[in-house]
Amino acid sequence: MPRKKSARPKGSGDAEVAIAEPIEGLPEGLTTGDLVESYTQMILVRTIDERIWALNRQGKVPIAASCQGHEAAQLGSLLAAQKDGRCFLFPYYRDLGLKMAAGLTPTQVMLSFMGKEGEPYSNARQFPMQGADLEHNIIQISNVVGAGLTQAVGYALACRMQDDDTVVLTYFGDGASSQGEAHEAMNFAGVHRVPVIFICENNHYAISVPQHRQMATDDLASRAQGYGFPGFTVDGMDFTRCYEATREAITHARTQGPVLLEMQVERLMPHTTDDDHLRYRTQEELDAAYERDPVSNFGAELIARGIITPEKSDEIKAEALKAINEATDAADAATLPDPSTMWDRVYSE
Amino acid sequence: MAVKNVIEAVREALREEMQRDPKVFIMGEDVGKRGGVFLATQGLIDEFGESRVIDTPLAEASIMGIALGAAFRGMRPIPEVQFSDFIWPAMNQLIGETARACYGSNGVLQVPLVIRVPYGGGIRGGLFHSQNVESIFFHTPGLKVIAPATPYDIKGLLKSAIRDNSPVVFLEHKKTYRLVRGELPEGEYTIPIGQADVKRAGEHITIVSYGLMLHYCLEAAEAVAGEGIDVEVVDLRTLRPLDKETVLNSVKKTGKLLIVHEDNVTGGVGAEIAALVADEAFEYLDGPIRRLCGPDVPTMPFAQTLEDEYMPNTDKIVQALRKQAAY
Repeated sequence: MPRKKSARPKGSGDAEVAIAEPIEGLPEGLTTGDLVESYTQMILVRTIDERIWALNRQGKVPIAASCQGHEAAQLGSLLAAQKDGRCFLFPYYRDLGLKMAAGLTPTQVMLSFMGKEGEPYSNARQFPMQGADLEHNIIQISNVVGAGLTQAVGYALACRMQDDDTVVLTYFGDGASSQGEAHEAMNFAGVHRVPVIFICENNHYAISVPQHRQMATDDLASRAQGYGFPGFTVDGMDFTRCYEATREAITHARTQGPVLLEMQVERLMPHTTDDDHLRYRTQEELDAAYERDPVSNFGAELIARGIITPEKSDEIKAEALKAINEATDAADAATLPDPSTMWDRVYSE
Repeated sequence: MAVKNVIEAVREALREEMQRDPKVFIMGEDVGKRGGVFLATQGLIDEFGESRVIDTPLAEASIMGIALGAAFRGMRPIPEVQFSDFIWPAMNQLIGETARACYGSNGVLQVPLVIRVPYGGGIRGGLFHSQNVESIFFHTPGLKVIAPATPYDIKGLLKSAIRDNSPVVFLEHKKTYRLVRGELPEGEYTIPIGQADVKRAGEHITIVSYGLMLHYCLEAAEAVAGEGIDVEVVDLRTLRPLDKETVLNSVKKTGKLLIVHEDNVTGGVGAEIAALVADEAFEYLDGPIRRLCGPDVPTMPFAQTLEDEYMPNTDKIVQALRKQAAY
């Protein structure tokens, strides 16, 4: 849906007054308080994302995949899932923002990236935040892209078998869409009307391979028709659109079966800390992508709509920096897993 | 006690466990109205309905991935791969994901699933309906691998596998399905995973085997008994975790070991048994450890002469036993 400008005059009141008060043009269920909260999370995610790269260069973080450029898609869809309250998530490796905003503290995220004791997904057996965080309804077992899609379908099928109306959201990139299991998952979900939402965060690159070498079509959403369920392309740089599309998809999935959402985003950083994207992208292309930065644009919009003041935005950024500094120190000081634990839990105990 | 064949034992185990636990369900190709191509699931869709006996699209990777996802939610899926030869499209889900899920979540995720795998040759199945696939699962930490040979063992172990909270690859030798019959008790019983069984006691030579070959080994042991060669036959039943104690105790008693399996010799289960015995019972050995296994060709070919050339059989085992006895 097109978003209208707020009728509220710029700077007409402080953010406290606006919280919890729906304003004109906001999708159903979304308050200005949600916008401020999500913006605060976005800033926190962006700050930690940037810090992780610096720590990688210092030799303290072995590997990181940035979510810069994906924040609106991840946090918008997450908010819809959280407001619904009956969703389960199967994210993929670039979903740092989603996994963090789902409920992890900055320190837990830092423990993940440094591979320290207390890491929440696998106690540092896996790459950062990979394994299971059942407290926040999240499973991501592996780095084999596409493999989580069939698992998500199975999880959703099991929920239905247990007369539980949970909807499962599974996230993947444009590269994973080429996997055979993406097809198998969508086909099974279509046949059995499984309550699952396939969310493709299409950043148009699978490491270095551009979209036109990944698929012969301009979009992914049109594929859904072949599986007998609806598919939509969404501007993944627009927080409220991602929220709204996911909210509607959850309702559809619960009552009628699968939905494919293609959230078109930009990858603002190289694939991982081990990649150099200037080997395959031009500076001009990157500069155009930076112009679409979902975090700074969201902040500018909140200010323009009078939902927050520039001072409030600066305050949010300062608080994020303080929190990430503290988390960095805490994780730096944390212990490493005891080597003897390597032998544990190969099988269910 | 009633005499039943192997496929009837499989079906009884499935039915009893589905009656006992509503979380148990079956999924796979043709498992519904068709009852599976071997009729292992015959009648179950009538008793338990389409929601618990799910005919899936013809796509093995998703059969395994969907089963894994359902297990994460606390269900106890029993995916069936129609023939072991068709398991390869599901290998990432099975070895890459399923085997690592518990470990990779630091024990948070339980994977109570059993993948049933009809396997093995000697049935004119050619290269793509005869394969032995056990060694690759045997090699994989995180999986349990079971390969019983008799109706009694298959029923008791399948029930244990379904109740286990770790993923189990359950291998059913196709040739035993209707060929091998045995008594099944009326009442409830299970057999613990990880326990080998001495199927024939003897003093001179130990044979370690499993699956269809177990029966040929028993025939061969009987055949050489008249020659004064007293053979002990150990049925592994579970390949992983391996019952080292039963194997070692037997070899310590007899001092000689012959390992027999249908799977390719190189890197097979027999290689691990040989290493185990060489490592932990070397001083008890009176002769070299020998293996009689499938040769290193991709699978037993289709033509009768070529399949016979591949397959270990009673005669070949008899010859190997005589050679061991003479050493």
